Amino acid sequence: MRSQKLLYVIPVLLCATILFAGGFANSEPDGAAESSSEELSSSSEENFDKMMAVLMHKRCVNCHPNDNIPKQGEDSHPHYFGMARGEGNLGYQATTCNTCHQSENNDYSGVPGAPEWSLAPESMKWEGLTRTEIAESMLDPKRNGGRTHHEVMEHLTEHELVLWAWEPGIDAAGNPRELPPVPVDEYIEAVKAWFEEGAVIPAE
Amino acid sequence: MKISFTINGQAQSIEIEDGNTPLLWVVRDMLDLKGTKFGCGKAACGACTLHVDGEAIRSCSYAVKFAEGKNVTTIEGLGTRENPHPVQQAWVEHVVPQCGYCQPGFMMATAALLEKNPNPTDEDIDNNIINVCRCATYVRMRKAIHRAAELTQSANQTS
Repeated sequence: MRSQKLLYVIPVLLCATILFAGGFANSEPDGAAESSSEELSSSSEENFDKMMAVLMHKRCVNCHPNDNIPKQGEDSHPHYFGMARGEGNLGYQATTCNTCHQSENNDYSGVPGAPEWSLAPESMKWEGLTRTEIAESMLDPKRNGGRTHHEVMEHLTEHELVLWAWEPGIDAAGNPRELPPVPVDEYIEAVKAWFEEGAVIPAE
Repeated sequence: MKISFTINGQAQSIEIEDGNTPLLWVVRDMLDLKGTKFGCGKAACGACTLHVDGEAIRSCSYAVKFAEGKNVTTIEGLGTRENPHPVQQAWVEHVVPQCGYCQPGFMMATAALLEKNPNPTDEDIDNNIINVCRCATYVRMRKAIHRAAELTQSANQTS
């Protein structure tokens, strides 16, 4: 990815040099370039804030544990019945995630469900990480399943298991599960914009 | 809506208004197979465990629409009185049940485990057999699970 970025950066620098040499820089009010760069940065940070507010929510982190034990509920307690990652992130041999979780929420039992219901792979452990650390992990092909930025963006904005967070159904007591703090459309827009702006992770 | 599936080897079609109706209710109330039990209704206790295409599932939390075209097995289809499944045979030998209510679910969960793992360790049993028995027959069940594994292996050797 770094070498790809360089391919873009070199022509941009060349153009900037030529424009500056030709005196075009003087036709812009002083400080315009700086202010535009600040606006971009501020917009990128805002998008990052929105995205991470969602990704750090329990609807996401409950299935990105750091101890191989899925978490449940609004208090993120360890999954009942001793369930754990098992092989292939799907639980144990005969008692798998799909013993109880199907491809849709079940409002009769309050058991949540979505396509490909499973724990996130062990390399994607987010529980206990800061938002910067989660973002770094998410962009690191060694930890994100070898995904490119574009593939990560698609996963975050299109995968049914991710989008389940906004349709989490009801719990065993019949109470609606808490939604992430940003509406889904706003979240998708923010994620796409953040990636389009270069996926810059702001300093903590 | 019409839903067709096979249950205990017999083709079955049902008409049902709500495809999200739990499979358990269909099995018990429409097909009159009362061996599968309603325990908690929250997929927590496992009394309703049966097999769909050989996989153990909690039928109180399984919409009947998902059974379309699949093979469902309940405790009634696991074995017969004359020819019990090794799990049923082992349960009898070890006189496992006390009140008995949860036992069909345990036996179905155990049969599914032995299909995947013919010789489970105690740890495998702890991980996979996570149903709840309020009579606490767990010690006898553990012995019966190991015995069922022996019976399955000797049956496989003779066949």
